[in-house]
Amino acid sequence: MVRKRLLRLLNRTMPMTAAFVAGADVPLKRRLKRAERARQFRALGLVLPLLAFLLFTFVVPLAGMIWKSVDDWEVPQAMPQTVAALEHWNGQGLPDEAAFAALAADVRAAYDAGTLAVAAKRLNYIVNGYRTTLLATGRKLKEQPAPGTAKETLIALNPAWGERESWTAIKSASGPVTSYYLLAAVDLTRNADGAIVHAPADQSIYREVFMRTFEIGFGVTALCLILGFPVAYLLANLPTGRSNLLMIFVLLPFWTSLLVRTCAWIVILQSEGIVNGSLEWLGIIDEPMRLIYNRFGVYMAMTHVLLPFMILPLYSVMRGISPAYMRAAASLGAPPTTAFLRIYLPQTIPGIGAGCLLVFILAIGYYITPALVGGAADQMISSFIAFYTTETVNWGLASALGAVLLLSTLVLALVYGKLALGRQTTGGLKN
Amino acid sequence: MDGGMIATTETLVRFSGVQKTYDGEHLVVKSLDLDIRKGEFLTLLGPSGSGKTTTLMMLAGFEVPTHGDIFIGDRPIKNTPPHKRDIGMVFQNYALFPHLTIEENVAFPLSVRGVPKAEVKERVKAALDMIKLGNLASRHPGQLSGGQQQRVALARALVFNPALVLMDEPLGALDKRLREHMQLEIKRLHETMGLTVVYVTHDQGEALTMSDRIAVFNDGIVQQIDRPDALYERPVNSFVANFIGENNVLSGVVENIEQGWARVTLDAGGSVVAQAVNIGGAGNRTSLSLRPERVAIETGDSGDSSMNRLPATLTDLIYLGDHTLAVLSTPANPEFMVKLPAGSYAGLAPGQDVYIAFRPEDCRALDPV
Repeated sequence: MVRKRLLRLLNRTMPMTAAFVAGADVPLKRRLKRAERARQFRALGLVLPLLAFLLFTFVVPLAGMIWKSVDDWEVPQAMPQTVAALEHWNGQGLPDEAAFAALAADVRAAYDAGTLAVAAKRLNYIVNGYRTTLLATGRKLKEQPAPGTAKETLIALNPAWGERESWTAIKSASGPVTSYYLLAAVDLTRNADGAIVHAPADQSIYREVFMRTFEIGFGVTALCLILGFPVAYLLANLPTGRSNLLMIFVLLPFWTSLLVRTCAWIVILQSEGIVNGSLEWLGIIDEPMRLIYNRFGVYMAMTHVLLPFMILPLYSVMRGISPAYMRAAASLGAPPTTAFLRIYLPQTIPGIGAGCLLVFILAIGYYITPALVGGAADQMISSFIAFYTTETVNWGLASALGAVLLLSTLVLALVYGKLALGRQTTGGLKN
Repeated sequence: MDGGMIATTETLVRFSGVQKTYDGEHLVVKSLDLDIRKGEFLTLLGPSGSGKTTTLMMLAGFEVPTHGDIFIGDRPIKNTPPHKRDIGMVFQNYALFPHLTIEENVAFPLSVRGVPKAEVKERVKAALDMIKLGNLASRHPGQLSGGQQQRVALARALVFNPALVLMDEPLGALDKRLREHMQLEIKRLHETMGLTVVYVTHDQGEALTMSDRIAVFNDGIVQQIDRPDALYERPVNSFVANFIGENNVLSGVVENIEQGWARVTLDAGGSVVAQAVNIGGAGNRTSLSLRPERVAIETGDSGDSSMNRLPATLTDLIYLGDHTLAVLSTPANPEFMVKLPAGSYAGLAPGQDVYIAFRPEDCRALDPV
């Protein structure tokens, strides 16, 4: 009896002891992780639909766009033999007879298949007039030249084949990836030797357009800050009832379409518009001022559209700043201006940062507003991206311009993140 | 009970006929005449909405009196902006500037006054040493505990040697133990630095502990301004008697008044002699005020005719360590409290019929509640 009971006792305690010892072997951190795993899986399950949505609507198109900015498929597809033949050509002088023969075969095949035009368009980006050369060659080359005569036949058909640039162009466009579009997006190109040089002056416009885009972005951001800060301050310091009412006016622009708001500015600012009409009627001006289809109109309309994006983050930060701080500053002897500059303003910096970042990033991507109320010299980078995607179907360059814009936005966001993080680690921002 | 520092009789601040209304209909401060003496610790005590905080805000300059004026010395300050008043203030939630370090917070009042940098450094160090937080100078307020933030707020309000220091319920957010500790620390600073302090609180224990004088506010009026012991022992009206400490109320009608002694017939029957304090003449209604520790419980008639004596039934005995609280039911007051010194309740049991006995000088006849 006693032995039986002892055994039972032993059986009961043994596994417990073993489990306890086993538990002690596993580090506490890993045990915690194990315990938390189920919760993490559930959390992941909840965000999964959003992640999937983001993947297909954001990450995949973005990756596709970036890939398009370096993808070089036209020439390898239309002229595979030439690309292969030129693989070992050192780029000096003219390539050998085999390359000419391959070119002749490729041109004939591609001409018949109808893919030559695509490659011709791609090569035309590198050497102006290449399109004509290639298509004319395709049209005139009725049959494959006899072995050994490909070189002289082709040069006889079109003297361009006797120039090195025609061949370096094919070699540089022979894929699978190219830096051509990205370089072009910042006004650079490769010469026949493959060195990076400035693009010819007549093609160098993008740096200026990027500078203009950033200039308008900064200008609009500054205007929004100057106009939005006092409004946000007023909203944050009014009693809730009245501030809610005023907030509706701030948000009102969100309820109308961007296009309608922009067109409203045309009505107001045009030569026969309300502003000019009133000023003329008052006798202040004799002839209409030019208020639209120039930079002034762009600043005006864009600031109006983007102002809420500045006011809202500022307001939310200011709302959290207790009026006791300004009172404390006054009781400690600070005149109102000093108290504002040294106590209030520094506490609004997170709001200023968020608002400026938001407005700037939105502003540099603007397309419709500058297109409608700006002049030719006020078009921003987006309108060039739109031009290349819809007018000339140059996806490579459009993607490259987009990629450069994305990169500059990312850099800004990173700088902001760094600044915001830096503030956080220096200590509690709020009590 | 008396404050440690004997305040001088020299007046530092004078409120003269001050009124304040926010809505133009209701006076938050009805008519305030108040002298604050140099070097004293004056507490404004009252329930919320009594006008005490508004009074403090008018003194600090954040609110403008609707009528009357406030003088510092002989100088009227109605039109002086807060930053020119030279008044240090400690706020309810400390209002330490969250983006500045402790050192920068304390240096702020000096640097806005254009004090030379070297001197600022020296005085800030001295101030932080005074509150024993010199080692936390480079921290931000968010990294400090409530009690530490409170001390920094004190140091910041004192570092520029203001003529007057205002404190608006500065200990409200602290737990009980820390609050008691800070009460002593503030009192110590007051005494060692010879400060004039105006302190707002709704906690009467805090007021009694710290103050030289207490002004009891209710309904926009100062009900009584006196030393803590006088407020407790000799309240001038029923509000003060009920607001400060425990109080037993017996209601009745004044029969006659003779040489300061009033004979009062209680509504529930019986008659007692009380000190006539605030009753007008014979025939008026009155509320008698009796402190629980000034009442004895007698099991039989002791025959002492100088005492008032009323029959009562003991309903409960609550042991509270240093004393025992007896709850009695009398015809005049169904919840009459008596504080018995520790160990003196032998022989008493709930349900017992007893007498409550008290001297006429411990019973004050005040205005009817």
